[in-house]
Amino acid sequence: MIDRRAYWTANIRYVTILLLVWFTVSFGFGILLVEPLNEIRLFGSGFKLGFWFAQQGSIYVFVLLILIYVRLMNRLDKRYGVSEDEDSAE
Amino acid sequence: MTVQAWTFVIVGLTFALYMGIALWSKARSTGEFYVAGKGVHPVANGMATAADWMSAASFLGMAGLISFAGYDGSVYLMGWTGGYVLLALLLAPYLRKFGKFTVPDFVGDRYYSQTARIVAVFCAIFVSFTYVAGQMRGVGLVFSRFLEVDIHFGVMIGMGIVFMYAVLGGMKGITYTQVAQYCVLIFAYMVPAIFISIMMTGNPVPQLGMGMMETGSGTFLLDKLDDLHELLGFASYTDGSKGMFDVFCITAALMVGTAGLPHVIIRFYTVPRVRDARSSAGWALLFIAILYTAAPAVAVFARTNLIDTVANQEYASMPPWFGKWEQTGLITFDDKNGDGWIQYLGNPAANELTIDPDIMVLANPEIADLPAWVIGLVAAGGLAAALSTAAGLLLVVSSAISHDLLKRALMPTITEKGELIAARVSAAVAVLIAGYLGINPPDYVAATVAFAFGLAASSFFPAIIMGIFSKRMNREGAVAGMVTGISFTALYIIWFKFVDPASNVEANWLWGISPEGIGTVGMGINFLVALVVSRMTPRPPDEVVKMIEEIRLPRGSGEAHEISA
Repeated sequence: MIDRRAYWTANIRYVTILLLVWFTVSFGFGILLVEPLNEIRLFGSGFKLGFWFAQQGSIYVFVLLILIYVRLMNRLDKRYGVSEDEDSAE
Repeated sequence: MTVQAWTFVIVGLTFALYMGIALWSKARSTGEFYVAGKGVHPVANGMATAADWMSAASFLGMAGLISFAGYDGSVYLMGWTGGYVLLALLLAPYLRKFGKFTVPDFVGDRYYSQTARIVAVFCAIFVSFTYVAGQMRGVGLVFSRFLEVDIHFGVMIGMGIVFMYAVLGGMKGITYTQVAQYCVLIFAYMVPAIFISIMMTGNPVPQLGMGMMETGSGTFLLDKLDDLHELLGFASYTDGSKGMFDVFCITAALMVGTAGLPHVIIRFYTVPRVRDARSSAGWALLFIAILYTAAPAVAVFARTNLIDTVANQEYASMPPWFGKWEQTGLITFDDKNGDGWIQYLGNPAANELTIDPDIMVLANPEIADLPAWVIGLVAAGGLAAALSTAAGLLLVVSSAISHDLLKRALMPTITEKGELIAARVSAAVAVLIAGYLGINPPDYVAATVAFAFGLAASSFFPAIIMGIFSKRMNREGAVAGMVTGISFTALYIIWFKFVDPASNVEANWLWGISPEGIGTVGMGINFLVALVVSRMTPRPPDEVVKMIEEIRLPRGSGEAHEISA
């Protein structure tokens, strides 16, 4: 018996956390906080930090977020026995 | 060899490759025509999605746009990549599990309503045509500049190529062609970017180079650009001039619009399993991010080079590329004070030079004095970007007509063969219409792009999200939400873009939101109306609730798509 409710709750929790990060790096650091962050330079380079998040950093984080999501969900699928690998066992 | 000879050779070789792939992978069943037999590897599907998504606008237009807009250009970078996070986390796995062919399929089945299906069909067709017209125009521009043929002839060649592989090959042909096109376009984008990065900063990685010091001057490139902008009276490059709330709304509309675009969503039906749909979105974004993180670097290099080359220089001393682009009318010089020198200034009254941002990517290698073959390569890359997107869009149009409209709504008894013929005929008609739009572009092509994103954001996205995440959402709520969301967004855009363009200034906008960003508000209205209406009307039937429960579990995805024999 698959515990659908628990699986779905865990899924929603992962998605919520990842989307909070998604919002923070783009809308937060790249737009709302861009001016204070622009006072800081990224590792002594020519990048103002807010500008860097808006044009570079947010995109790198987006890629990471999806990679993390894929790993978390594959593990979750296995734990709840809903992974597609189980299909053949039916 | 000359630039033109190189362009002929490189474009010719890449086209031969695309054609070969299209013929090799000819589609046989309707299933293959729409979704490539659902057997595409996630990495290949990621590349194809990336090529599908990165259009002439991304390849040719974006860096130029950022180059002139500076920080304000960030809306495109974040908007067009952040949408993939929403797609991967909220849509792709569930739609793959649902296992039908198209977006209207999902909307129609989930909301047990032909009305919802038909509304979705028309949105899909409209959004896709808006895009196709722009792609065809891009093809025509590249041909006319580099092959020195008439722009009409250029568009016709492009139509022929798209017809060959979209109509004959279907999704299967398109998928592998798009993989090849991704390779061509990313190579073509990165080679000049890397060359120029080494020349200007000594760092071969453009993404890092843009934050480095300029070779020989001891100042950071970005600081130099800010200083140049200040000197010439432009807004500071790294600060921007749009209102913060507007930037917020435009970014959100582009993100949500991206996640709601039918030609992107349909790609996630082509992978074998739900977990492949997840990782496929990740691969797609990785491949897209290579270009999207290089674009702001290209923008900085191009902007600096451009200002160094033209500002306060003698008109007579301009290099040959300047004259060639002047002939196309995309660079104009008006010697207002008659001194024979170019005054390139932020103040429109004194400024003597006007440059169309669209030419920056094409002109950049010439401005930086790169070898002729690089310029030919960029032309081939621009064509790959435009053609791959056009083909994917045409497939959405043809499947919307033959599958969603004919088979699922008007002629349910149509045979598989009849459906396939209908799909090919509608793809052919769509190519002809797109070609016509490319040759005779309505002069509001640029304006309608905002329209497409706003529509996708305010219609599909909320309907699909609530269809997956709310079991309570019913037909009445979804239809009411889509209709009000779309209507509000469409009316706002039509008003400011077509009815009264003169009033399209910040003072008249609702909460300072430009028509480009209004899709965000439309989306909010859609959600709100749908929630309220659904609470006042009956729950969805039990079989729909059961379907939602099934969609939420990855297991069993193999059984769901036995549609075609």
